[in-house]
Amino acid sequence: MEHIANIETTALDVKQIRRDFPILQELVHGKPLVYLDNGATTQKPLTVIETEARYYEEYNSNVHRGVHHLSQEATNAYEKAREIVAGFINAAHTHEVIFTKGTTDGINLVANTIGRRFLKEGDSVIISAMEHHSNIVPWQMACEESGATLKVIPINEKGELKMDAFSALLDDTVKMVAVTYVSNTMGTINPVEEIIAQAHARKVPVLLDAAQAIQHMSIDVQALQVDFLVFSGHKIYGPTGIGVLYGTTEWLNKLPPYQGGGDMIKTVTFAKTTYNELPYKFEAGTPHIAGAIGLGAAIRYLQQTGLDKIQQWEEQLQAYALEQLRQIDGIRFIGDAARRSGAISFLIHDIHPFDLGELLDQQGIAVRTGHHCCEPLMDEFKIPGTVRASLTFYNTKEDIDKLVAGINRAVSMLR
Amino acid sequence: MTINERQDEIKSDFEVMSNWEDKYEYIIQLGKDLPLIAEEYKTPENLIKGCQSRVWLHTELRDGKLFFTADSDAVITKGLVSLMIYVLSGHTPKEIATADIYFINDIGLSSHLSPTRSNGLLSMLKQMKLYAVAYQAKTNQS
Repeated sequence: MEHIANIETTALDVKQIRRDFPILQELVHGKPLVYLDNGATTQKPLTVIETEARYYEEYNSNVHRGVHHLSQEATNAYEKAREIVAGFINAAHTHEVIFTKGTTDGINLVANTIGRRFLKEGDSVIISAMEHHSNIVPWQMACEESGATLKVIPINEKGELKMDAFSALLDDTVKMVAVTYVSNTMGTINPVEEIIAQAHARKVPVLLDAAQAIQHMSIDVQALQVDFLVFSGHKIYGPTGIGVLYGTTEWLNKLPPYQGGGDMIKTVTFAKTTYNELPYKFEAGTPHIAGAIGLGAAIRYLQQTGLDKIQQWEEQLQAYALEQLRQIDGIRFIGDAARRSGAISFLIHDIHPFDLGELLDQQGIAVRTGHHCCEPLMDEFKIPGTVRASLTFYNTKEDIDKLVAGINRAVSMLR
Repeated sequence: MTINERQDEIKSDFEVMSNWEDKYEYIIQLGKDLPLIAEEYKTPENLIKGCQSRVWLHTELRDGKLFFTADSDAVITKGLVSLMIYVLSGHTPKEIATADIYFINDIGLSSHLSPTRSNGLLSMLKQMKLYAVAYQAKTNQS
């Protein structure tokens, strides 16, 4: 069998792709940038930057309210972006796509409204041990408010969910399951189809945090039959401050409004307010119009590039990275799941991750160090944090080689 | 030596270092060399929790002067901590409270004092100044 890391693909022209991202030509500390912090945020292709600039230069106006031409144009572009997102995740209706500030905002919306309407003392919510803080704290808050209990699916030493434990936790008290599709720290891809099937067998809704999945794999919300799914624009090559909450019509209609204000109302009197229909019921105030339009441009760019090609290249790159990193003396991977994507977390000997990250930065290599907003996960492994390299399709094998050389150089200085 | 004389001494030490490796090797060596704090003072009360690396700081007042000992679990932070202690330890609360710390910036490591670095160094400096202000108030009252 041929070695996977040695298979060359011509399917994706990475050199050409890299030219689409202006920032990848930058120097850091006088050295060419090696950007391996894509789990934190991704870089933006020129088309996204220009699309956003064009909105401000040519048709900046508020949406849904103006009778004049510019407002109509802005509204059309904003709603077109919603259509692009809906098509991208295969939502059954565009009104099932709610624009939010980001993943955290989307989870807060669902946790707050589910908590107010459906949680009471004796109920419980299930999350997992590998959640990012943004999929822990909102549920903790909802449970504290309602008297419900938060239950946590444990993980094994490889960083995979213990599915038998999940089945055992899933009892009649459970009103909600909220799990991450892909771990931001370990790259583990969770068996979300199985989680949804088991939850639905008990009529329990499921929220998927797709912040680390949406940019790496094709997601079909109808095929998944997921009730809620959230992601951030900035992690999928779009602008910061824009995100998406997908929810089924049934569930979104069941939830009370989250924030009050303009655009989310039909009529207001001091005696009684009637709320607007979906999606506007959950979009109070002036939205991030430029961000939504920029996100639409980012998704268009991905679709034109080809998600299947992207996934194929990323899988090769990941196999190559793991193979090269494994050769480093004293490396210990935090999370070594069979199915993984994006992030690779590791420690080397007893070197503090901050020290390693610092010396990589001096060499122009951007990685993440620390607990990655997953303190409970760090406690589980009894470590202060990790060094995390997170890859995406504009990364190259040369980037990986530079990372390995950079690590070796740093280690020689630190030991 | 005054606080500023010590800062200037560090600056001239760093001036001969032409590249980042020399600077960092020097800082790492400082971090490795110095036993900065007695084990009994590495308590939760003395812990300044940065996001990335942890720093412990212990303060004592002797003969009207403040003496600091500290430690960090990251060696680069520990090296920088030891420089900070070298500059400020053994001075009066008033001198420390009013000191302008410029050496970190002047040796090209200003990013280490940025809040986003989260390495505990900035929090430690703030803490040292707070102690100094508190002791200053205390000694003025007595």
